[in-house]
Amino acid sequence: MQSLSSKNLLGIKELHRKDLELIFETADSFKEVINRPIKKVPSLRDITIANVFFENSTRTRLSFELAEKRLSADVINFSSSSSSVKKGETLLDTVNNILAMKVDMVVIRHPSPGAPHFLAKHVNANIVNAGDGTHEHPTQALLDSYSIREKHGALEGIKVAIIGDILHSRVALSNIFALQKLGSQVMVCGPNTLLPKYIRELGVQVELDIRKALEWCDVANVLRIQLERQKIKYFPSIREYTLYYGINKKLLDSLNKEITIMHPGPINRGVELSSDVADSEHAIIMDQVENGVAIRMAVLYLLAGDPQA
Amino acid sequence: MQKRLILDSRLLEITISRLCQQLIENHGDFSDSVILGLQPRGVLLAERIKLNLESTLGRAIDLGYLDTTFHRDDFRRREVPKKANQTKIHFLIEDKNVVLVDDVLFTGRSIRSALDAILAFGRPRKVELLVLVDRKYSRHLPIEPNYVGKSVDTMDSQMVLVEWEGKEAKNNRIWLINKE
Repeated sequence: MQSLSSKNLLGIKELHRKDLELIFETADSFKEVINRPIKKVPSLRDITIANVFFENSTRTRLSFELAEKRLSADVINFSSSSSSVKKGETLLDTVNNILAMKVDMVVIRHPSPGAPHFLAKHVNANIVNAGDGTHEHPTQALLDSYSIREKHGALEGIKVAIIGDILHSRVALSNIFALQKLGSQVMVCGPNTLLPKYIRELGVQVELDIRKALEWCDVANVLRIQLERQKIKYFPSIREYTLYYGINKKLLDSLNKEITIMHPGPINRGVELSSDVADSEHAIIMDQVENGVAIRMAVLYLLAGDPQA
Repeated sequence: MQKRLILDSRLLEITISRLCQQLIENHGDFSDSVILGLQPRGVLLAERIKLNLESTLGRAIDLGYLDTTFHRDDFRRREVPKKANQTKIHFLIEDKNVVLVDDVLFTGRSIRSALDAILAFGRPRKVELLVLVDRKYSRHLPIEPNYVGKSVDTMDSQMVLVEWEGKEAKNNRIWLINKE
């Protein structure tokens, strides 16, 4: 069988289509595993993985930890808020100290774009990017594409609209790379102030009117408004954003078509998605969470299985 | 590459019938027994055994597919990881008699991983092993089959190939091949 073309998962941009397909096929097997009475396999029993989180996270961190435990890896958790980083230790020193304790893989989340790439250059362990600033969030894009593939049977030709704060979103960028490699058409939609200036260069369509975007797409991946990343006001008020870009049942019902609704979480209920949409049968938000564990198991398994590492 | 025929299509048919008769001797009407074919090659044999048993017993037999990739002991010790196949077990194995089916028994390591994998689905009452070809004197582990189609003496430099009629070959045949 094939292995991944890289010993690290830094971003979707560096991967090939066959890597994505291999991860999906492996995730199919792990999805079966996590639905067994005993949801654990011994593959990674001689591996130690450090989850190094310099930024808050609930879903991603739990999902990685669960994936690691279901593969029987030993897991250590590190978060910057309760560590020596506060005393001024550098990123490289912190990670080298963790590696000195014989750790094989590092899952890192960091507010600075490129932090995982920097580590990959300087340390010998497998590095998995769990989100670097506004740059990439590869496992989220993988689980999003995997969930679309599961719901629609394929990704080729599927029209996906990514809606909301594109400017600050690592999920958007990774999703664009993944979907394009897999043959989907991608549109981004949001207020002009939240669309990066050169986003068209990536070959995506740009739409300012959410109604037109929804009329066009098969799948709407709705992003969270990231108030914590916004140093200045990009729109007048939350209320105004909701009025122009919030998705509610009335809007969806008026379209006369079914759209699959996705959200990477956490949802600002009543802002980008109303509750009746988030909890509707067309929303696959909980499937995304379940698939997240299977996808992360697949990634860790494939990276660990590469003997060159 | 030298090939030597071990069993031709007619003898293979007779062998499978004999194995099925032996299974019926020990498992009666299979009401408390299930078959698990090992992925990827064991399931092809298991499907034939299921059909044979069903036509003799006149009742449906439970057959599942078991993939042992994630339970193998050579993960990270091979050039590249083995590709996982589908595991499909749509029945409970708790307290059942399980017949593991594989085409060739060599070192016994696949069977070791299968025994490990089975436990994720419950605690069977008993597990038996049926193989079409037993490569004698080559075991790495204390594992022996309960039902054997044919025993052969082989060397490490040889391999046993079971071909099934259909996509991959014209006839059902078993070959002994010198790897070179």
